[in-house]
Amino acid sequence: MDLTYTEEEEAFRAGLRHWLKAALPALPPRPPPGDWPARRAHDSAWQRALYDAGYADVHWDASPTRRLIFLEETERAGAPYVGANFVGLLHAGPTIAAEGTPGQRARWLPPILRGDEIWCQGFSEPDAGSDLASLRTRAVRDGDCYVVTGAKVWTSHAEIADWCELLVRTDPQAPRHRGITWLAMPMDAPGVTVRPLRTLAGSAEFAEVFLDEVRVPVANRVGEENDGWRVTMVTLSFERGTAFAGEVVACRRTLAELARTARENGRWDDTALRRRLGRLNAEFGALWRLTQWNVAEAEATGGVPGTGGSVFKLRYSEARQELYDTAAAVLGPDALDLSRAWTRDRLSSLSYTIAAGTSQIQRNIVAERILGLPKER
Amino acid sequence: MRFQPTEDQRALRRGVRELLEARCGRDVLRARGARIDRALWRELGRAGFFSLRLPEAEGGAGLGLPEAALVFEEAGRVLLPGPLVATHLAAGAVPGAADGTAVVTRADGGLVPWLEEADVVLGDASGAVPVTSVDPLTPLHRVPSGPPGEPEPAAVLLTAAEQLGSAGRTLATAVRYAKEREQFGRPIGAFQAVKHLCAGMLVRTELARAAVYAAAVTADPVEIAGAKLLADEAAVQGARDCLQVHGGMGFTWEAEVHLHLKRAWVRAELGLPAARAEEALAAAL
Repeated sequence: MDLTYTEEEEAFRAGLRHWLKAALPALPPRPPPGDWPARRAHDSAWQRALYDAGYADVHWDASPTRRLIFLEETERAGAPYVGANFVGLLHAGPTIAAEGTPGQRARWLPPILRGDEIWCQGFSEPDAGSDLASLRTRAVRDGDCYVVTGAKVWTSHAEIADWCELLVRTDPQAPRHRGITWLAMPMDAPGVTVRPLRTLAGSAEFAEVFLDEVRVPVANRVGEENDGWRVTMVTLSFERGTAFAGEVVACRRTLAELARTARENGRWDDTALRRRLGRLNAEFGALWRLTQWNVAEAEATGGVPGTGGSVFKLRYSEARQELYDTAAAVLGPDALDLSRAWTRDRLSSLSYTIAAGTSQIQRNIVAERILGLPKER
Repeated sequence: MRFQPTEDQRALRRGVRELLEARCGRDVLRARGARIDRALWRELGRAGFFSLRLPEAEGGAGLGLPEAALVFEEAGRVLLPGPLVATHLAAGAVPGAADGTAVVTRADGGLVPWLEEADVVLGDASGAVPVTSVDPLTPLHRVPSGPPGEPEPAAVLLTAAEQLGSAGRTLATAVRYAKEREQFGRPIGAFQAVKHLCAGMLVRTELARAAVYAAAVTADPVEIAGAKLLADEAAVQGARDCLQVHGGMGFTWEAEVHLHLKRAWVRAELGLPAARAEEALAAAL
């Protein structure tokens, strides 16, 4: 067991740190949530800068350890995370890279890496959230097109996206997990209607997407017809793998700020509160070590993250909510001031135990796939 | 970065597991009660349990804290009784500790385990009074003198490793039972409520594992405090959840579960209890 990085990995870190130091001061502040076009421009400009510096593909091609170092250093430097490019870089891109044809890879991957095209995720439906296999959006073959009708929901970045990674049902007679197909749908196609949804944080971070006889070329299908579930599992293994690693670094920074605030405002003398902060220090320290453990394991077994990601996500999402609850105890009345970033982040953190598979679904995954307990049905 | 056990470390763990599984069956432990099995203690000595970290020139294996953590995890898994940590730490300093011919315990204020069975008592145990120990396999004394001293980080880490082993065992026990035991015509592990108890046990165990192994590699006192805190939680809550999965059977003396819970409570109190660990972790912020 070793926690030191190789010379090559340390050289990568040093080069990245050096580049970030020069690149970050030139970056304007990120526009507020809600101003999506401005956010898109901002996030895409940052992605373009990463591309020009040779760091754009770190989420795909580099070793898991390099990805970890990238997340650690960008977070430490306060650089923006993937932002509006989230789905393209972490879901659609890796999926197309793994499952797409050479032509599909050539068409879609470079614009994702350059920040030229934004993707959104059309997985969830009003009746198919965490129970993804029950999705009902229909796609009927008509010549060299699929004709798609249905509705998607909780779709982040839908208003600014160029493409949607869309799951559709192509064989309603097949068992639930079969008969699903993965399509790349252009968001400007006739019949696509986007209606923003307001979150409990007050901002419009996601949307409903209505699909009324939208024609999607068969050439946009990634993987075989009716094999979309398997393709999707490839996508989700990336989502639950190391996607949150950088945020642990952010949480540790946030926790240190919180301790500083508590020392300044006198709440540090509250023993129970101080002990809560101490426990969170243990939590986030261990979550970082667990990330390193999972990455080392993935590296040893060939790169695709395993179910260890579900273990991480369960604890991380709860620890992060506990962090903001503790912050509220430290800040007192200030925690009710919506103009403070703390308060907005606290509201956002309520989604962590729901998004990307609720904690309840993650526990089922852990129990059935890791511990081998019998299926519920 | 290879934060995974090496092939040598895996082999060491396998060897220790085979030795302990063969010698520490539940019936053996119960028959022995609160007495040290001297023959087993010497066998542990011969196997290098206590001398593991001594240099080869002094008759040890020249290994480090990570290897010791893996070995103590196995000890925790089978509820191996005795002042294992104190004797391990005394190897090289107290004659007979390294080869298992002496049983060494330590008094640093607060509770002293195995006081009457020990050949050597380090620290001040004057005025110690016996406690009716909650753990039938760990006799305890209480020392009236002042507050407990600052525990050695290695002792805290190895106690945490024992807790990790206990958490792993209660998880495996609960999962096995949930697959076998049928109610309402199905294995109880098919019910989401039971599944979620087991999943919670795994999450706590895996987080504790990452914390304990990393702390063994870095030997950083703050990281060790965090590892102890999370391993205590994994062991205590794991045993409680295992008891719950076993239902009425779990509440009986016959089931092994209560022994894990009681030992986990004792270990949580020894070394670095939660309040002190949390204060140490807060002070480092």
